[in-house]
Amino acid sequence: MSHPKAASQFLKDHANSLWHDETLWMVREKRDAISKTIPEWEELRNLASQIKDKVLSNLDVYLENFEANAQKNGIKVHWAKDAAEHNQIVLGILREKNCQAIVKSKSILTEECHLNPYLEKNGVEVVDTDLGERIVQFLQQPPSHIVMPAIHLKKRDISALFHEKLQTEKGNEDPSYLTNAARLHLRKKFLGSKVAITGVNFGVAETGEFVVCTNEGNADMGVHLADVHIACMGIEKIIPRRKDLGVFLRLLARSATGQPITNYNSHFRSPAKGKEIHLVLVDNGRSLQLAREKFRNSLKCIRCGACMNTCPIYRRSGGYSYGSTVPGPIGSILSPGLDMKKYSTLPFASTLCGSCSDVCPVKINIHEQLYEWRQEITKHHGEFGKGLSMKLASGIFKSPLAYKISGSTMRKAIKLLPKGLIYNPLNVWGKNRDLPEAPKESFQEWYKKNRG
Amino acid sequence: MKKSQPEIGLFIPCYVDQFFPQVAIATLELLEKLGCKVSYPLGQTCCGQPLANAGYERDTEGSSRHFLELFKQFDYIVAPSGSCVLHVKEHFPKLSDMEQEQNRVHDRIYELTEFLTDVLKVDSLKGSFPKKVGFHSSCHGLRGLRLASSSEMNVTPFNKAKQLLQNLEGLEWVELSRVDECCGFGGTFSVTEEALSVQMGRDRLQDHQSHQVEIVTGGDMSCLMHLQGIADREGSSLKFMHVAEILNQAIL
Repeated sequence: MSHPKAASQFLKDHANSLWHDETLWMVREKRDAISKTIPEWEELRNLASQIKDKVLSNLDVYLENFEANAQKNGIKVHWAKDAAEHNQIVLGILREKNCQAIVKSKSILTEECHLNPYLEKNGVEVVDTDLGERIVQFLQQPPSHIVMPAIHLKKRDISALFHEKLQTEKGNEDPSYLTNAARLHLRKKFLGSKVAITGVNFGVAETGEFVVCTNEGNADMGVHLADVHIACMGIEKIIPRRKDLGVFLRLLARSATGQPITNYNSHFRSPAKGKEIHLVLVDNGRSLQLAREKFRNSLKCIRCGACMNTCPIYRRSGGYSYGSTVPGPIGSILSPGLDMKKYSTLPFASTLCGSCSDVCPVKINIHEQLYEWRQEITKHHGEFGKGLSMKLASGIFKSPLAYKISGSTMRKAIKLLPKGLIYNPLNVWGKNRDLPEAPKESFQEWYKKNRG
Repeated sequence: MKKSQPEIGLFIPCYVDQFFPQVAIATLELLEKLGCKVSYPLGQTCCGQPLANAGYERDTEGSSRHFLELFKQFDYIVAPSGSCVLHVKEHFPKLSDMEQEQNRVHDRIYELTEFLTDVLKVDSLKGSFPKKVGFHSSCHGLRGLRLASSSEMNVTPFNKAKQLLQNLEGLEWVELSRVDECCGFGGTFSVTEEALSVQMGRDRLQDHQSHQVEIVTGGDMSCLMHLQGIADREGSSLKFMHVAEILNQAIL
């Protein structure tokens, strides 16, 4: 479904879309408040941006360093060129360990690779252990937000869902009660799983360790109870030095939720005795994006979700309106790189207001890249209507005479035509908006009379 | 007037020329009152922004060339629109044979309020405008030209339009709940994403209305046209004026 269509459907439930907007705006306000307690906030953003620039300019070298150091630490490193290879590698490890059920903490990468359905098709039970992810998993929905996967649901939705799935009391919407029910349910899954999968927030090249950030401690719980830890990491998640975390960890949680820091920032360096750590490094289109000069710095993203919370479109259209794994502004510059045709309406789902770029902790010029994607997409998928009228307009604006004639024709038409004709169903502007009153004369005509 | 006085070229965006001539007149008169030597080169068309934002920047070579030819000789170019100025500065296609003209225009084009505060160095204006005024920050002016500090950033707050308006006698500057949220106009977005565009506009209007604003002002008529279109349709009593109109009227 195109973005405009999905957005107008979301907006039909006005009370819900208003609630969605206000909920996410509250997160943005928390982020504003805490970022303004850090006097060097803008300096931190600059630093983070520059560190990521350096990483992207030397990614091959950093990746090889990272691999070598990780191997020295006893981590088994795998390389996956795409989603299919990633999924095969993960399944291969599970088969080798004779594992039928796994727990997984939040990983947008495994969503991107559609790992869950792949494993389920191959007879493996997958349990997402992040509370929000477990909720959408019960509903067989994808996350609607990368940090708050179930942000589109209300307490009463979750109460009804848990009543059905976890036999909680009907109508009990108390968050603590519901969370406890989920905790008991998940504990059984944690205890029964020999393999735990996590994502990776940062891979440290100089030490070969990686860092996973969660608020719920579910990554740690899963990993420490399992014999095998599989960590799935996009190749852009590298940072050069451990001390760079002093920049990124300060930015990440503040930008994401307005917290000073994520509750658990766990460093994984080498497997405990008798256990294994596997690290799957995934490309899946990232090298291609790196080669696109105008779009490469989209790979700086640390997945904080701040651009979603601030985006006036996302807040009013919901995560599902984008139809992509990563929704919102950052998703709209990443997704066309994966499939330009499928995601062709996303770069147009923006007013180019630029709030995403100003909120971004690593200073990705998101709105400028939206503009650039538009230039690319129209080369391939120009909608016939828009393409044609734009071509006509281009001819008009080149020639002052053509502009003058069409301008005064337009003004006269608006004055003379009955309202019913101006506001016909084909006139999309006029559906919910009046047109400005047409003046007697243009400024150009006034100027000639009064200053000529 | 002295011969050495800088020549200012008045750039009037096409929809202002066609629909809001009073804004263009106010801009011209205001600059003249402040002692500027202003002329309006005839034959102006559209700067090409609607095409470029729709993904057809490559089709705007003709209109860009035409613009540069019209304005290349001026010392300054001033327009009552942040959005169109940003387009001229950032989104004209590179014209290899007009590089010099393009650089010159890039460095000499100003949105009206920034021209007043940054070039004319106007600190405050004397005049009277006894109304409750809500300011709509147009995104391209705000985050593109940095006409004010954006609410996302941790910088010392400033706002060039506020600097000019706040000292007018009787003018009450209203602080909104969301100081710089987009109104949802967005050029072709207003038509291709009609439902969202209108909802965003309604939400902006609600913010002004709930703060008892009498007059919504701003630096871009495109945003105001969209907001006024919704307000008029819904029978709201809100009035809309461009910053140039308020200033020109106030300093009579």
